[in-house]
Amino acid sequence: MKKRRQASWITLAAALISLVALLPLGFIVWVAIQTGWDTVVTLIVRPRVGELLVNTILLVVVTVPIAIVLSVALAWLTERSDLPGNRLWSWLSVAPLAIPAFVHSYAWISLVPGLHGLWAGVLVSVIAYFPFLYLPIAAALRRLDPALEDAAAALGLGPWRVFARVVLPQLRLAICGGSLLVGLHLLAEYGLYVFIRFDTFTTAIVDQFQSTFNGPAANMLAAVLVVCCLVLLAFEVILRGEERYARVGSGAARKQQRAALGRATLPCLLLPAGVALLTLGVPFVTVGHWLMAGGTDVWRWDEISLALGQTLFLAVAGALLATVAAMPMAWISIRAPGRLQRLLESCNYIVGALPGVVIALALVTITVRIALPLYQTLFTILFGYALMFLPRALVSLRASIAQAPVELERAASSLGRPPMKALWSTTIRLSAPGAAAGMAMVALGITNELTATQMLAPNGTRTLAMAFWSYSGEIDYASAAPYALIMVAMSLPMTWLLYVQSKRMAGR
Amino acid sequence: MSLLELSGVTKHYGPVAALGGVDLAVESGSRTAIVGPSGCGKTTLLRLIAGFEAPDSGRIALDGKVLANGHAAVPAHRRGIGVVAQDGALFPHLSIADNIGFGMGRNEDKRNERIVELAYIVGLDKAILKRRPHELSGGQQQRVALARAMAMKPRLMLLDEPFSALDTGLRASMRKAVAELLEEAGITTILVTHDQAEALSFASQVAVMRDGLFSQVGTPRELYFQPKDRMVAEFLGDAIILPAKIADGFAVSPLGRIAVDTRERRDLARIMLRPEQVMLKRTSREGMSGTPDMLFGEVTDCEFAGSVCTIAVRLLNNPDPPDAAAIGNTPLILRKTGVDAPAIGEIVRLTVTGEAHVFP
Repeated sequence: MKKRRQASWITLAAALISLVALLPLGFIVWVAIQTGWDTVVTLIVRPRVGELLVNTILLVVVTVPIAIVLSVALAWLTERSDLPGNRLWSWLSVAPLAIPAFVHSYAWISLVPGLHGLWAGVLVSVIAYFPFLYLPIAAALRRLDPALEDAAAALGLGPWRVFARVVLPQLRLAICGGSLLVGLHLLAEYGLYVFIRFDTFTTAIVDQFQSTFNGPAANMLAAVLVVCCLVLLAFEVILRGEERYARVGSGAARKQQRAALGRATLPCLLLPAGVALLTLGVPFVTVGHWLMAGGTDVWRWDEISLALGQTLFLAVAGALLATVAAMPMAWISIRAPGRLQRLLESCNYIVGALPGVVIALALVTITVRIALPLYQTLFTILFGYALMFLPRALVSLRASIAQAPVELERAASSLGRPPMKALWSTTIRLSAPGAAAGMAMVALGITNELTATQMLAPNGTRTLAMAFWSYSGEIDYASAAPYALIMVAMSLPMTWLLYVQSKRMAGR
Repeated sequence: MSLLELSGVTKHYGPVAALGGVDLAVESGSRTAIVGPSGCGKTTLLRLIAGFEAPDSGRIALDGKVLANGHAAVPAHRRGIGVVAQDGALFPHLSIADNIGFGMGRNEDKRNERIVELAYIVGLDKAILKRRPHELSGGQQQRVALARAMAMKPRLMLLDEPFSALDTGLRASMRKAVAELLEEAGITTILVTHDQAEALSFASQVAVMRDGLFSQVGTPRELYFQPKDRMVAEFLGDAIILPAKIADGFAVSPLGRIAVDTRERRDLARIMLRPEQVMLKRTSREGMSGTPDMLFGEVTDCEFAGSVCTIAVRLLNNPDPPDAAAIGNTPLILRKTGVDAPAIGEIVRLTVTGEAHVFP
């Protein structure tokens, strides 16, 4: 009975957190209702919205397939072929994640000042976001049971047909998940597209917000953006299907063999090398160039240390809040799974999938209309971060709780620990590394966050991203360079962590 | 004639020699089992025959056509050899019907009819065809894998420990069913296993493998009763190995005078008996007197395990000891039926049936 009470306590907490998470979504609906149907229609059905919709859809539809092809090719080369230096290339394929998307864009625009429009957007988007596809695809490739490929070969299929009929179908889950992540980032990204003057919903919402504050126009654009996100989520669910891709059978799979590239080695090396040049070479050359050009003058240490301190504080506090908020949800999703839990969890994921600009706009509207004293306070910004990044914390926590067997909790109870203490001394202790990893991921997100921070942070806040943004907005690219460098330096360890984690997940 | 011929096949993984020069001939329509402890190279050999890997040196030929000659090898998909892997290796993203039809052309004539027919042949219900691999039991998965491999009408079928994931009862019946089925279809079969009983009961030719080499190749009876050395003898079952003096078709051993399977030998050698050849007959200490040419023992341990009973017998006398010290007081370990087994302390008379095998 004690156990039951404990579980319901935690469920209650999880339900409460999920309800709070739904606040911004609910608010957009409420605003729409309040605005009145006619106004909503006039605000949404207009050429500008159509133009934005076409831009956004084109961006997603062109970028995602290119990123998929590139990631599959890179993943196959680094994981399944005898490409020389495959470990290095594999790391270099993940490393672009350490560079915030708007820094990629900054690097490209200062290299090719005339860059703009859809194709520029596609180029920089692929460069900035393809690792989100590469990581899961590479992990899935590593996990594939080579016996299946052998079986297909024994049934008379040549290497290409084996890849098309056996390997590719099994990458479906990874490709779907990665595409969703890339798509959501494309919808949410602001800074990248401002640099190259490509209008998407997110840039338009920020423009609207800056000119008319939180008027209904911005809110309605946000509503359309939310619908886009939901369509993307639904699309992924449909494509992913109910199929099972796990290995059938027992025992460990035998080790995979790497395909010998032979004479194709040199041409094949060109792909990862070229990608590394575009994704890492360009930013490092440009940032390096601006740092050289700026000399010591651009290192305004008082300013930089203030920004660094503020960023670190926000990142750590936000990460703590998100992780604590994710704990009840993570616990019930492993220990007491059921329909209610799945519903609550999907609430969290949907909210986490919303662009920062939508959440920020909703929080601005809520605080201004209902709780003005909370407008642009530390509380609101941390709350916003927690909403945006809760899924990141949840994923890591859940994975590590799943590895702490419930038997340990029971053993602790049978050794005389009261339920909460038993939980603390076993599951929570054991999930600490996972929680730390999750916190690092959240902190990384906050460090590189720009849109919501600008809209929600208390007056006088100037994070690294904000400082970078305001300097580059003034075309003072040299002064922006140190901030870019610091952000990359801070992101690199987390990206490394992500890389190592994905390797470990696959058991290597 | 031989369908499959291997000569001098070697394979190294780095400094480790997985195969050190293997020769094998497999008759058309026969069943061959390759048996050995794990890590002996038997799976590597199978992978070389299937074409998943190329040998370092040596020749593999199927029906007179060279499949591999050193590094030059025909890739697996052009060999037309059926393979059934340890756990079936069914494609998890395809239905059972699509798994069975995987090797057929997508627009092949009567594709569906053939799938249904193959499912029937391997004893699968038609209703199962729409399901997914993970919804099937281990035995059913193996049947699907077999049907899938048979769909290509291969002349040679390789089975890589296909029964080891099944539970004991199912394993024996599956083995029998598969053997009959492949025999009926006229498909030559090679089975790789670490289970000696499986190898002996399945195949007409058994190859015992150790450290990348064949220790002995022959019929199951040959291997069991006339093993080449102690390792083969003990790998295939329990063995009683004794020192003996051989002359005129008889061995004088700690177990008395025993007929051996050679007339020519006339020397000191080791002989092997299978424990089944030693018979026990209850008697008493009184029964021992006045029969100096008979062999008696005392039961020192009796472990009951249902149908079998493991009995330890200490020899009490030795009618004609050539080398009594060699056997000393080590008791003989015999497995006998559990029905009416002698109890500890009882006196038994030992007799040997059949011939003992003399190690070369």
